[in-house]
Amino acid sequence: MNGHIHNTDDRRELQMARSMCWHCQSEMAGEYFCDRCVKVQPVSKDLDYFTCFGLPRRLVIDTQVLESKFYELSRAFHPDFYQNKSDAEQSISLGNSAMLNTAYRTLRDPIQRAEYLLDLEAGSVKDIRTSPPADLFEEILELQETLDEFRESDRTSEHAARLRTKLHTDRTNLEERQRDMEARLQQLFSRWDALQDRGEATEQARAERTLILKDMRNILSNRTYVKNIVNDLVATIA
Amino acid sequence: MARIVGIDLGTTNSLVAYMDKGTPRVISTRHERAMVPSVVALTDNGLIVGDPAKEHLTRNPERTVYSVKRFMGKSLADVQGELAYFPYTLTEKGGVIRIQLGEKSYSPPQISAMILKELKLRAEAFLGESITKAVITVPAYFNDSQRQATKDAGMIAGLEVLRIINEPTAASLAYGLQKKTQGTIAVYDLGGGTFDISILKLKNGIFEVLATNGDTHLGGDDFDQLIADLLLKEIRAQQGLDLSTHSDHMQAVRLEAERAKIRLSEELKITVTLDLPDGQGRFTRELTRDQLEGLCSPLVERSLGPCRLALKDSGLNPTDIDEVVLVGGSTRMPLVRQRVQALFGKQPHCELNPDEVVALGAAVQADILSGGTTDMLLLDVTPLSLGIETMGGVMSSLIRRNTTIPASAKEMFTTYVDGQTGVDIHILQGERELAKDNRSLARFRLKVPPLPAGVPRIEVTFLIDANGILNVMAKDMRTGETQSIEVKPSYGLSDQEVERMIEDSFKFAADDVSARKVIEARLDAGALITTTEKSLADGGHLVSAEEVAKIRTALSALASAKEGTDPRAIRGRMADLEQAAKGLTVAMLDDSLKQGLQGKKISDVT
Repeated sequence: MNGHIHNTDDRRELQMARSMCWHCQSEMAGEYFCDRCVKVQPVSKDLDYFTCFGLPRRLVIDTQVLESKFYELSRAFHPDFYQNKSDAEQSISLGNSAMLNTAYRTLRDPIQRAEYLLDLEAGSVKDIRTSPPADLFEEILELQETLDEFRESDRTSEHAARLRTKLHTDRTNLEERQRDMEARLQQLFSRWDALQDRGEATEQARAERTLILKDMRNILSNRTYVKNIVNDLVATIA
Repeated sequence: MARIVGIDLGTTNSLVAYMDKGTPRVISTRHERAMVPSVVALTDNGLIVGDPAKEHLTRNPERTVYSVKRFMGKSLADVQGELAYFPYTLTEKGGVIRIQLGEKSYSPPQISAMILKELKLRAEAFLGESITKAVITVPAYFNDSQRQATKDAGMIAGLEVLRIINEPTAASLAYGLQKKTQGTIAVYDLGGGTFDISILKLKNGIFEVLATNGDTHLGGDDFDQLIADLLLKEIRAQQGLDLSTHSDHMQAVRLEAERAKIRLSEELKITVTLDLPDGQGRFTRELTRDQLEGLCSPLVERSLGPCRLALKDSGLNPTDIDEVVLVGGSTRMPLVRQRVQALFGKQPHCELNPDEVVALGAAVQADILSGGTTDMLLLDVTPLSLGIETMGGVMSSLIRRNTTIPASAKEMFTTYVDGQTGVDIHILQGERELAKDNRSLARFRLKVPPLPAGVPRIEVTFLIDANGILNVMAKDMRTGETQSIEVKPSYGLSDQEVERMIEDSFKFAADDVSARKVIEARLDAGALITTTEKSLADGGHLVSAEEVAKIRTALSALASAKEGTDPRAIRGRMADLEQAAKGLTVAMLDDSLKQGLQGKKISDVT
């Protein structure tokens, strides 16, 4: 059964190694439990969160299905049910549970889900924007000045009251921007899913795919930037 | 698998519970109520715990420790503001508080261990078996140091702590088991010293905590203190007497304040009475519920802030909560009920005894761990964000608060300068931006092979286990070697210190050992009496009347020895009874063989 171990392809070798039960060494067909000795198996680090939950790699998902699958896998992995098992099984249970909780948290939230998918598809790390998006440049520069002025002002003064009113307006505007971006993301999500559903391998499909990923990445990082600014603003005027 | 008990280690009272055929029950006997006051006193006859120790609060205040839970996992600096309220002496050693009792000083986990031992003995006497494993509850908002201190206390008491479980979630298990509830519930838990709010989703046996928040320094003790302060101020104004120099009277005032608070949950007006020192007469005063509520209202309001934050973190509005459950003795106060009802817009549930429900839930969790209950599963969260200190003294968050546990985060570390052999890591817990404003959990030094700057790759895994306790592992990504990490807790006992305390606890537990011998002898005697009486009833006709009389004499001798405290006397009378009943045993065995009951074991007929 370990005839393939000598394969020179490292990745393949690793996969073969993982497809054996750590306990009884028999070949694994089951997902998380060995068919023969029924021992829990460590979830492979290469397994993406979508596959883990048995979901297609889509951006609009049925959260009810996600939740019930999460509960099902929690029952399979949680350390509570491994108290009487060996140290090795307890350790696998702990690792799998921690992984499962991270996976669920990531996929449950539409933004984190999209960021994660971008990571998978484009191998990107999260883009951390340090300067304002172009279309918001002026607005944000002005806002930063108002914020600085407010921080230095005497909070009881009339001037501070005026600044506060202005900041409230800015906040409302920025939150509206954030909602706009989320709506545009939602459209991109649907386009992505439709493209995946069609499963075409044409040049045109490939181009569209690249374009969607690029747009998504831009809007996601702009949204994060705006969100951080809003948080800062809220904390300052609170 | 050996039985696992559930323990509620409370600020003012502690309880132990077990699972009896699918139903959790608290352990109490005819002579002892279920609640053991969390009080330890040093008397001329050694250390005592519970109700008898509580009597020493006014008699012997400097040597009677109460509310020790407030000091778990804390340094002296953390509790500076309230030192004046405690009559016993607190010192510090290595970041851990020490409580002076006579010649010796004890860490809070050691004092807690004494309470745990008392509960352990009670459970053993009641269940007739040795108890070595337990689930212990802590406030949901306890940080890592406080959880670790609780685990240490269990170890010192000779208990393997299989799980540290949060009090409000424990309560939800007991509540969910009984009510078969589905939907979203909020558990409002106001105990003797701590406050927690947890919001859970209950669905098909899964208890998923959505968010938790709280205040580890808000509880019944604080209400008592407000009333006591009022009384002390009035006594000073009216009688020109400063009771703060009389620690025995200070305790009397505190106890009277507590009693007044409890009575005002039922009555609208009461009279407070206090004897003054040195025969200076007596202080009396009327206190109305309105006055009490005026006094306590700011504290009750303070509990609502965490409730709002928990709602916000779970992304819910008060109207999304289907049921509100009240836990903890302080929720008996009508004002608390009103404020909670106003916030959530619905009548809170308080059918389960708020003093017992946490211990009952711990017993349910114990049953889950031992494999008895398989349809329920609790998915709890970590109450505080976990992170590390980065350049500039800023905290970088690795695991956010309200993340479902077990939870893990990985972080890669490297070096700044060539040949650097170590990287210092400072682990923090809290929600503030700057490292110094958060709780320091531990510091450790990663060992790094001397290489050019930036070449080493050490991956550190921070894992919060199902107890909410942090585990740290490091792996050199270049060599694949894992390294064990010596984590020095900032406010806790080191492993060696805990080891030593376990040893100590055996040393000065000579009394415990003899107490245990008595308990065990009594249990064995009870079993022998029961089986002998059964044998007499079933096979008395097989032996002479004289022999029956001899057995009866030995039986009553054993019964009276069993009432005494000498284990050797009990064992001696047991041997006498076995000797006296030998003829009966043989006769019954012969009889059963005659009747062809070979299948029966000897033990079944003796």
